Amino acid sequence: MADFDYAIQARGLTKQFGSLVAVNNVDLEVPTGKIYGFLGPNGCGKSTTIRMLCGLLTPTSGSATVLGLDTRKDAEALKQKIGYMTQKFSLFEDLTVRENLEFVSTIYTLDGPTRKVRVAELLAEFDLADRSKQFAGTLSGGQKQRLALAAATLHRPSILFLDEPTSAVDPQNRRDFWETLFELADQGATILVSTHYMDEAARCHNLAILDQGVKVADGSPKQLGEEISSQVIEVVAQDPNAARNSLCNEPAITSITQLGIRLRVLMPKRQSNAVQLVQNKLAESGIEAEVEAVFPDLEDVFVAVTELRRLEEAGRQKQRGATA
Amino acid sequence: MKSLLRIFAIMRKEFLQLSRDRLTFGMIVGIPLIQLLMFGYAINTDVRNLSAAYVDEAETHLSRQFVSELTATQVIDLQHRAASLQELNALMDAGRISIGIFIPDDFDRRLISRSREIAQLLVDGTDPIILGVAQQLTAAPIAFDSQQQANQQSRILVRNYYNPERRSAVNIVPGLVGVILTMTMVLFTAVAIVRERERGNLEFLINTPVKTPELMLGKIFPYIVIGLLQLIIILSLGRYFFEVPIRGEYLHILLASLLFIATNLSLGLLMSTLATTQFQAMQMTFFILLPSILLSGFMFPFDGMPPLAQAIAEVLPLTHFNRLIRGIILRGADILTMWDELVALGVFMVVALVLSIARFSKRLD
Repeated sequence: MADFDYAIQARGLTKQFGSLVAVNNVDLEVPTGKIYGFLGPNGCGKSTTIRMLCGLLTPTSGSATVLGLDTRKDAEALKQKIGYMTQKFSLFEDLTVRENLEFVSTIYTLDGPTRKVRVAELLAEFDLADRSKQFAGTLSGGQKQRLALAAATLHRPSILFLDEPTSAVDPQNRRDFWETLFELADQGATILVSTHYMDEAARCHNLAILDQGVKVADGSPKQLGEEISSQVIEVVAQDPNAARNSLCNEPAITSITQLGIRLRVLMPKRQSNAVQLVQNKLAESGIEAEVEAVFPDLEDVFVAVTELRRLEEAGRQKQRGATA
Repeated sequence: MKSLLRIFAIMRKEFLQLSRDRLTFGMIVGIPLIQLLMFGYAINTDVRNLSAAYVDEAETHLSRQFVSELTATQVIDLQHRAASLQELNALMDAGRISIGIFIPDDFDRRLISRSREIAQLLVDGTDPIILGVAQQLTAAPIAFDSQQQANQQSRILVRNYYNPERRSAVNIVPGLVGVILTMTMVLFTAVAIVRERERGNLEFLINTPVKTPELMLGKIFPYIVIGLLQLIIILSLGRYFFEVPIRGEYLHILLASLLFIATNLSLGLLMSTLATTQFQAMQMTFFILLPSILLSGFMFPFDGMPPLAQAIAEVLPLTHFNRLIRGIILRGADILTMWDELVALGVFMVVALVLSIARFSKRLD
């Protein structure tokens, strides 16, 4: 299984749809046997990147190798080795659970006896045995998702691509789903999963944050928190709205996020005495609050890197305006 | 071997889905039945009982005999006796009658003198078929003078081959085979693939090792079976219900139909690679279906069409199939004597199949 240190490597992966640049010059290195996350808002290019890595879309420029195979030239050979779970349920709703799995096992040309065994195995493993005669279209979100994952892993692929697998699933099912993913990773599969849930992203071994087609950060969740270019100040106030209003005009602050009565305030790392600055600001408006510096969580990282990019973008545009 | 297994997997899935899709299943049987009854009964180019009125200004024994003989042809159904030519015209304008008969007051004199027309036939010419039928009336015998009748008899004898009773069904039923197969085969395949694209199934399928030709063949095969089923429905109804004689070999009918079914399925596949929604696929089907019905010789004789229309007709598969199927069923022709039509259909099929395999990409861009 460990033929490659990196199951996926991509250089300068770019996809343009007309004038829209969906994925912009993305470099990726996904280690074998790990769960790698793509974190980003809708439309940030997660799906497009996954489709390019599967060989479904041809990159406008750049290249990618998956399991040592070039996604442009060896797309067909790749298909036998990868599993892909689409964002939208893409199995056949008018076939039963068993029929769907049987169909997939035949398409992957498993031999006769293996087919039966494998389908039975999957039905048990994914807790679908008592649903085997139910039409896929009548399954609940969690059951559909389990069926889709069962179908994607049926041929024991070395890499699994999961495109927002938990978007239609309740929290309990999400937890179970991630348990299954860890089991699969333990068995040696590399898993690339896209999500817009922070808690899911935090579970990945490694992740890349995508924003408007650009990879703005990557690393392990801990690394990302350490290497973030912002510092996080947490403000706990009885009147968080007033606190927010008093802080929002401070130019040093890049973003304020409210979580109940807590405010998470982001400021560039180079800003000295940040806690002092916030305390002074609040005192000026006569607001009582606890202020302390905290370790950034993934959401802070996400907000910091995406805000930073927007600020840079705005700055660049202003410059362009000035020179013109 | 693996290839066969994958084709088998697609076919099996397709059959399973078809057996559960009641609407499609209903259409497979319903379309031939409805069309057959509709065209078989309603469309009748051998028109009878046209509503008619007459004005008899002569009111003689002969004029009354003349009217009753016209009625006896069963071509007209005399509903009114109008008082004047004006009233006759008014009835025609109002659309109450399509044929008016005017018998002038000097009818007897005209009949004897032979040099002048004896009566006037007013025909609603807006429908050419009625005009054609009205011509039959002019040949009606006028029996007051057997001598004259003999003279009037045409010197050319018409012998009606293949359809002596002049029944429209004989012409229409074999033609319907092609029309129904075009309608259903093209539509079913086009929609079947576009539907999978709309539902997202295709994104899953193209990520599996299945190859494009395998996918296409697996999709087409179940519809060949459906096409044959429809063929059996139409022909057995035609044979036992409309008494259409089947003079040719059944094997030849089967071969010609199989080729035509395959051609239409390929066309449907090609459309499915062009359409992005089921609605578009349906629109495209009608784009082929309408000219096929109008120009293929199903409704109007091919020879009567202007050169441009004939040129268009030649690039419609249905034109070639109509010649084949009418030849085999009605004239008992051997399929090999019409090899050029077979070649034409074959070319259509290969071109459409190659184009659709080339256009269908296992990629999304």
